[in-house]
Amino acid sequence: MNRGHRHGLSSGCLGTMEVKSKFGAEFRRFSLERSKPGKFEEFYGLLQHVHKIPNVDVLVGYADIHGDLLPINNDDNYHKAVSTASPLLRIFIQKKEEADYSAFGTDTLIRKKNVLSHVLRPDNHRKKPHIVISMPQDFRPVSSIIDVDILPETHRRVRLYKYGTEKPLGFYIRDGSSVRVTPHGLEKVPGIFISRLVPGGLAQSTGLLAVNDEVLEVNGIEVSGKSLDQVTDMMIANSRNLIITVRPANQRNNVVRNSRTSGSSSQSTDNSLLGYPQQVEASFEPEDQDSDEEDIVIEDSGEPRQIPRATPEAQSLESLTQIELSFESGQNGFSPPQDSSLDTELETRAQGQKLLEEDGTIITLAGRNEVLTP
Amino acid sequence: MRRFLRTGHDPARERLKRDLFQFNKTVEHGFPHQPSALGYSPSLRILAIGTRSGAVKLYGAPGVEFMGLHRENNAVMQIHFLPGQCELVTLLDDNSLHLWSLKVKGGVSELQEEESFILRGPPGAAPSATQITEILPHSSRELLYLGTESGSVFVVQLPGFRTLDDRTISSDSVLQWLPEEARHRRVFEMVEALQEHPRDPNQILIGYSRGLVVVWDLQGSRVLYHFLSSQQLENASWQRDGSLIVTCHSDGSHCQWSVCSDSRSPEPLRSSIPYGPFPCKAITKIFWLTTRQGLPFTIFQGGMPRASYGDRHCISVVHNGQQTAFDFTSRVIDFTVLSEADPAAAFDDPYALVVLAEEELVVIDLQTAGWPQVQLPYLASLHCSAITCSHHVSNIPLKLWERVIAAGSRQNLHFSTMEWPIDGGTSLAPPPPQRDLLLTGHEDGTVRFWDASGVCLRLLYKLSTVKVFLTDTDPNENLSAQGEDEWPPLRKVGSFDPYSDDPRLGIQKIFLCKYSGYLAVAGTAGQVLVLELNDEAAEHAVEQAEADLLQDQEGYRWKGHERLAARPGPVCFEAGFQPFVLVQCQPPAVVTSLALHSEWRLVAFGTSHGFGLFDHQQRRQVFVKCTLHPSDQLALEGPLSRVKSLKKSLRQSFRRMRRSRVSGHKRRPGGPMGEAQAQAVSTKAERTGLQNMELAPVQRKIEARSAEDSFTGFVRTLYFADTYLRDSSRHCPSLWAGTNGGTVYAFSLRVPPAERRMDELVRAEQAKEIQLMHRAPVVGILVLDGHSVPLPEPLEVAHDLSKSPDMQGSHQLLVVSEEQFKVFTLPKVSAKLKLKLTALEGSRVRRVGVAHFGSCRAEDYGEHHLAVLTNLGDIQVVSMPLLKPQVRYSCIRREDVSGIASCVFTRYGQGFYLISPSEFERFSLSTKWLVEPRCLVDSTKTKNYNRPSNGNGTGPKRTSGQVRNSRSQSDSEEKKPGPVMEHALLNDESGVLKEIQSTLEGDRGSYSHRRSHRVAVGCSLGNGEAE
Repeated sequence: MNRGHRHGLSSGCLGTMEVKSKFGAEFRRFSLERSKPGKFEEFYGLLQHVHKIPNVDVLVGYADIHGDLLPINNDDNYHKAVSTASPLLRIFIQKKEEADYSAFGTDTLIRKKNVLSHVLRPDNHRKKPHIVISMPQDFRPVSSIIDVDILPETHRRVRLYKYGTEKPLGFYIRDGSSVRVTPHGLEKVPGIFISRLVPGGLAQSTGLLAVNDEVLEVNGIEVSGKSLDQVTDMMIANSRNLIITVRPANQRNNVVRNSRTSGSSSQSTDNSLLGYPQQVEASFEPEDQDSDEEDIVIEDSGEPRQIPRATPEAQSLESLTQIELSFESGQNGFSPPQDSSLDTELETRAQGQKLLEEDGTIITLAGRNEVLTP
Repeated sequence: MRRFLRTGHDPARERLKRDLFQFNKTVEHGFPHQPSALGYSPSLRILAIGTRSGAVKLYGAPGVEFMGLHRENNAVMQIHFLPGQCELVTLLDDNSLHLWSLKVKGGVSELQEEESFILRGPPGAAPSATQITEILPHSSRELLYLGTESGSVFVVQLPGFRTLDDRTISSDSVLQWLPEEARHRRVFEMVEALQEHPRDPNQILIGYSRGLVVVWDLQGSRVLYHFLSSQQLENASWQRDGSLIVTCHSDGSHCQWSVCSDSRSPEPLRSSIPYGPFPCKAITKIFWLTTRQGLPFTIFQGGMPRASYGDRHCISVVHNGQQTAFDFTSRVIDFTVLSEADPAAAFDDPYALVVLAEEELVVIDLQTAGWPQVQLPYLASLHCSAITCSHHVSNIPLKLWERVIAAGSRQNLHFSTMEWPIDGGTSLAPPPPQRDLLLTGHEDGTVRFWDASGVCLRLLYKLSTVKVFLTDTDPNENLSAQGEDEWPPLRKVGSFDPYSDDPRLGIQKIFLCKYSGYLAVAGTAGQVLVLELNDEAAEHAVEQAEADLLQDQEGYRWKGHERLAARPGPVCFEAGFQPFVLVQCQPPAVVTSLALHSEWRLVAFGTSHGFGLFDHQQRRQVFVKCTLHPSDQLALEGPLSRVKSLKKSLRQSFRRMRRSRVSGHKRRPGGPMGEAQAQAVSTKAERTGLQNMELAPVQRKIEARSAEDSFTGFVRTLYFADTYLRDSSRHCPSLWAGTNGGTVYAFSLRVPPAERRMDELVRAEQAKEIQLMHRAPVVGILVLDGHSVPLPEPLEVAHDLSKSPDMQGSHQLLVVSEEQFKVFTLPKVSAKLKLKLTALEGSRVRRVGVAHFGSCRAEDYGEHHLAVLTNLGDIQVVSMPLLKPQVRYSCIRREDVSGIASCVFTRYGQGFYLISPSEFERFSLSTKWLVEPRCLVDSTKTKNYNRPSNGNGTGPKRTSGQVRNSRSQSDSEEKKPGPVMEHALLNDESGVLKEIQSTLEGDRGSYSHRRSHRVAVGCSLGNGEAE
């Protein structure tokens, strides 16, 4: 998806893109080659240069097509910003010490004017509570509720995104029995339940799973008839992209189906998001769950690389894109310093493989839909 | 997933699958676990063993085996064959009687339970009134006499188990025939002995536990004779002519009583305490057997001096001034003496003593001077030292087979030359299609070679690696060396010896090259031995090398066991496999993987720290690679191994305690009661345990695997392949290694050509490293050639035994981890296909093997697939190279961890796993390769009562059996057509082996010469097997 999207746009705009940058009350305008935006650090340096604030730490934000103010703090969201800007990329710069983090958000109602008023008059936003986005190192989803439209309302399908090892999945399951309605009346059947959430773990931080929730499926496979150990193994084997369907013990927070929810996905616990126009989330459909599992091959030269698919199928296009992005980001005619930068990149990867794993997956993020729960 | 679903709907494939795959548990090899009863039918010449789990197993001539399982899982207490019939009666410890019969169905006999019966006493009687202690199947073939704890003898009619109340011999009716003094001195107690008069079916002997023995007249319902002993009676039996009664007693004495109408003497004819004068233990069973030569055999169990030898398990044989107390390493369950079966014969003339001990069966030749043991053709004690690993090699070349047998026969010189005396029934199974070896590694450092071709698992050869090392115990210590004047005259018999001198000697991995006769064996203390088959005994030094797997890792300390000290200087090795290279890993952790390439003369080994490659031709190390993760502290210090061994030793000592407690129990007054109590206690304990479990429910943590998990460096699998590792134009030798952390290392090797093999060095260079993202342990690595067929074994192609691999098409790499199967292209290592097992069903791969599945319809059709055993005990077949699951069968209980861990697959779709420490279950996934007992037992068959001849003379002729044999062979040919045998002939590469030998010596024979040679040997094999 990234690829097609990007290419389509770049061809339409003939390669250049206008940037309007605002710092305090000053505006600067300059243009950027869309096909080779370069790295975030270079862009950051450029901004400091054009605003003549070389030694000031700043936060960079941009207004996306929906008028939301979103941060730019790494290569990924920088590329996202560049690729979605049309026709103009609006940049807002704040000094770090006086930054208003709450200005960033997905509040769909914020118009461009509102964004400006937020930046100009930081107190304004308190009138209207909205989702607050923190400033993480990387911008990525940790969980989502999916398949709302095809599941009974009493069930919830939760996807946990696990990156690297910095945060444990952090929950425990146990055997138990649940009551089912059958043609012969109520029947007690064995079931698997969440028994404990580790404080600070991923599961707890999503707020989507709770103790005593009954686990019904793991990555689309029913757990009925399976032993606790089998279910444990299934969850661990899928831990990099775990989708569990639960029947929440607390049935009062269920997602209410909304006629406007046309797509198959919905976000997080907060119902306020349900009315949100659905954005394509193709990169997280179950079919490509493999994409985050590419093995690493280190050839005798010592360069690690991820293993591409041998035969490109429809679903593997995406993984190819990944490789492209992570290693040959300047494919489309981006030339001179490429070699050196590639080398340094590989060096860092050789030091820590974990870093590499993450690189592979981060690229696939579509910046729009990600929600970090507080 | 979608792939998986699609496979199910192709009818042609489904049909083909039915032709290829079929799951059968075919036969149990080894010694039954926890035997509890022994029975023997002199007319059928069939032995029966009952177990504590309710199984009945029947054994006759090699290949004749039956098994039955009682529905109730109660211990079998007694087994009695009905005289002259194919029927037997078992008594379980719940006091139920079961009638089993061997019925002929479709040309083969089957063992089935006919009916069961529980003896009911008169209303209001105590339960002990009907507790059966003795069973006498009457020679009339329709009556069973049942002695009970109350002293009454009940009569039951067969078939139907109808109680004949009017014929019950109650203690009161016996009492009224006794004189006053006997009546007053003795209270009746349980019946200890019940024997029919050998000549007169109307007289039976009844022995009561307080010492009274009566001879009862069945027709007159009266006491004919009575004998009173001052001691508790243990058992009693008739002499052959019925003129003498022999009794044995609880004080260790045995007496003879003369039976003649006029003498009513209260005193025994003769009485002796064989191991007196100090207090002795009871003699529990006695045989008094006459011989043609005049001097009788006295054979009895127990009676040892209580203080000094009370803990021994002995059976004494006394004959002609000779006395030997056979000393068994485990408790004696029961024994019987094989003697003249014809009731009309004048003498017993015993020829063999059959002893069922807790852990083994021992048969002693009573005809040969010195009473040597007879080698068992089956029922081998697999666990004489605990099995630590096993390795199966299919289709052994005849030459190697003969050399192994020759080496083994030199070890068996102390065995009797008597033919196997238990030879009832006829085996109708076709001769095994090929020669298979099963190698088991043991805790005491031995490797045993078993003939696994057919139904009988027979020990061929035993290899000991102990000689290479200096151990604490003196190897020269001979247990059987006893002075002439030792008393009692103990003699150790049997092979069961569970106590290992040094656990470091344990064998962990075995790899045998069937073409070259090279064997690699690796053990617990990081020792790797390379051995060569030598037909002569030789004395030579073993080359030693150390492989430092920690290399550049600094500051780590190994806290586990020390490495073994090698014996310096030349060591004398007997004929057979003789070690010539010893590589010791440093640190001396358990060797976890092993591979041998006999063509390149390389051996690769891996431990929890890394792996190494050793050139055993030049005797030098090629390279070592450390696989440790820096944070893997556990593996470095090795405390786990220590903890484990402590746990293990604790567990073993508990087991020993439990066993000895069980051993102490013999059926006694109140014995069954005691057991019932013990059971009640244990069930109570279980129940409370369950309650505790419910209080704290089992939880499982869901946690992604991290790179920091300990033991990620543990090398799980090593594999040699000649493939395209670096580029697609040139193939080269390579070594592949897979670790517990999901890493695969590939090294390209440069092996100098044969003519410069000694001059140039073998070189290795790391070419690839693959990190599987799911980080599951790698359990198998395999390279498929251009036709997606697994690469052949080394030397297989060189000697025309396999099609040479396709080197034109692109090769593929198959990596099997515990969770996934993945196919990569070579040399680029791009992921091509995968099958996720764990993610879809939660099961993990425990064992994987490549097997060739032949079709039962089309003779030449076959496919290579993966046979997979999961942690749930399921067996699956996964197709290659498309990784489609084909079939799935549940095989082992998922709780049976040791069974799952012990599983080994053969190359032709069969497999073995341990169902107890002493038994292998054999199973088959193939429709074509099926080894199962097919046999016939017929009571009407006029067996001549020839005792087995010693030496090489011909055994008893079985003419009728042969007729039947030919008929059913045609029968079986319908099922398994001749070409199976033809295949064996085709595959008989005995001539080729010679050729291999000559190549190994550097002399290449011409092709045509080889060909003609092969044909000749094929013929001789055909003759050999037709005997």
